[in-house]
Amino acid sequence: MATQNLCTVERRGRVHLITLTGAGEHRLNPALLSAIRSAVAASAGAGALVLAAEGKYFSNGFDQAWASTAPRHLQATMGGEFRGLVADLLALPMPTVAAVTGHAAAAGCGLVLAHDAVIMRGSRGFLYMSEVDAGLKLVDFFAEVFREKVPDAVNRRDLLLRGDRMAAPEAVRRGIVDKAVDGGVEDVVNAAVAEAEKLAARGWDGEVVAEIRKAAWPNLWSKVKDYGADAPAAAARPRL
Amino acid sequence: MCTLEQRGRVFVLTLTGDGEHRLGHPLIASLRSAVASVAAAAASAGPGTALVTVAEGRFFSNGLDIGWAGTSRPRLQELVDALRPLAADLLALPMPTVAAVTGHASAGGFLLALCHDYRVMRADRGVLYMSEIDIGLPLPPYFVAMFRAKITAANALRDVLLRGRKLRAAEAKEMGIVDAVCPGPAETAAEAIKLAEQLAARKWDGGVYASIRMSIFPEACKSVGIVEESDEEKRKHFASRL
Repeated sequence: MATQNLCTVERRGRVHLITLTGAGEHRLNPALLSAIRSAVAASAGAGALVLAAEGKYFSNGFDQAWASTAPRHLQATMGGEFRGLVADLLALPMPTVAAVTGHAAAAGCGLVLAHDAVIMRGSRGFLYMSEVDAGLKLVDFFAEVFREKVPDAVNRRDLLLRGDRMAAPEAVRRGIVDKAVDGGVEDVVNAAVAEAEKLAARGWDGEVVAEIRKAAWPNLWSKVKDYGADAPAAAARPRL
Repeated sequence: MCTLEQRGRVFVLTLTGDGEHRLGHPLIASLRSAVASVAAAAASAGPGTALVTVAEGRFFSNGLDIGWAGTSRPRLQELVDALRPLAADLLALPMPTVAAVTGHASAGGFLLALCHDYRVMRADRGVLYMSEIDIGLPLPPYFVAMFRAKITAANALRDVLLRGRKLRAAEAKEMGIVDAVCPGPAETAAEAIKLAEQLAARKWDGGVYASIRMSIFPEACKSVGIVEESDEEKRKHFASRL
C-alpha cells in the first residue's frame, strides 16, 4: 500500500507537520500506523512535531474491520505498531503537539494523549473512549497512557468507565486538552503549528527533551520502550 | 443489618436501622453475602445492571466496630482484615456502583463509599470524615491505596487524611469526591437510583466494565487482593469479540 496516500509530511518553519489524509476515519491499521511511524521518523532536524488530520475524524481508533478478517498472527501487529508509535513519540527529541481536528476515539484518543500538548477544534469533534460501550478491555500499556496523562480520578472514570464523549470546551475545563480553537480544520492546524513553533523557539536540546519526557512518564515509557524504533534489541523485540 | 432488593435493573442494598452501621463481623458478613448475590444475579440478568448502596438513619456508616475491638489490637486488625474482601468484592463487581451517602460516612464508612464508582450525598446533614488522625490510628495500607486512587488532588488528599477535615456534601463535590448533592436523604436515594438506572441503561458488559475499572485503579485493586487479568487473557477476549 502506498504510504503517500495515507499521510503527508511538510515543514512549516521549524515545525514538522504530519497530516492524516482523506475524508475517512483514519482507522489505525498496520499500514497507516507504519506510515505515521515513518512520517515521525522523518522529523529529524525539526524543532517540533504536529500530528493533524483532514476531514471529520482525527482517528476513530483501531481498524476492527481489518482485524476481523486478518489472520490471527497479523492482528497483533496493530497493537505492536501502535505501542511502537507511542514509544517513538515519547522518545522524540522535540516537543509534540496533537491537532485534534476531528473525532478521536479509542486508540485515536490514546494517540492524541501520547503527545505533549493537545489543541482541539472548539466547535466540532469529541474525545471518546468507546471501549466500555464496545465491550473491549484495555491492555496494560494502553491503560497506562490514561493513568499517566489523565491523572484526575474523576476524569479518568468519566472518560474510560462511563465512555463520555468530551467536546473541546469540556476537555479543556477538565484539563485533558490544553486549548480549544474556533473555526475549521485549517484554523486548528494553524494554531497547533503556531504553538509548536513557539515550543521550537525555546531552542531546547532535543535529547534532553526526550530524556525529561521519558522521566516524566516513567510507567508508560517502561511499558512501551521495547517497541520503539530505537529499541536496543529491535530484532529480539517481543512479539505481541 | 442489610436488605437487598431489585428494582428493575438496579439492585438496592440498604443498611437498615437507625444505628451507626458499624462495620463489625456481622454487618460485613451480611454485606458480603448481599454483594455476592448481586454478582450472581447479574450473571443471569445479562448486561445492563447497577448497584446502589444506601443507608437508613443518620449514618451511612461510622466505620469499623471499634467498640467491639475495644483496646484489643488483634481484634481491630481482625476487622481491618474482614473489611478488605468486601472492598475487593465492590471493586470487582461487574456493574456500575453508586453510593447514596444518606448520612455520616467516617473512616471505614468513608472507605465503603469510596469503593463505589459514584457518590451522591445529602446536603443538609452528615459529613465525610477520616477520623483516624484525630483518634490516633494509623491507616491500613489498603485504605491508603483506595484514597490515593480516588482522591487524586494532593491538597484534597491532605485535607482528608492529614487534617481530618469533615466534608459536607457541597465541599466534597467541589473536591471531586462526591458527584451529586441532594437536599435530603429521600432525594439522595432517589437521585442515586436514577443515576444507577442511567448507567444500567448503557447495557455495558459487566466483565468488561469491571476489567476497565481495574485498569483505571490498578493499585487500589491490587491492595485489596484483586489479581488483574493478563494482557494475554484480555487479547483472547478481544479475539473472541471480532
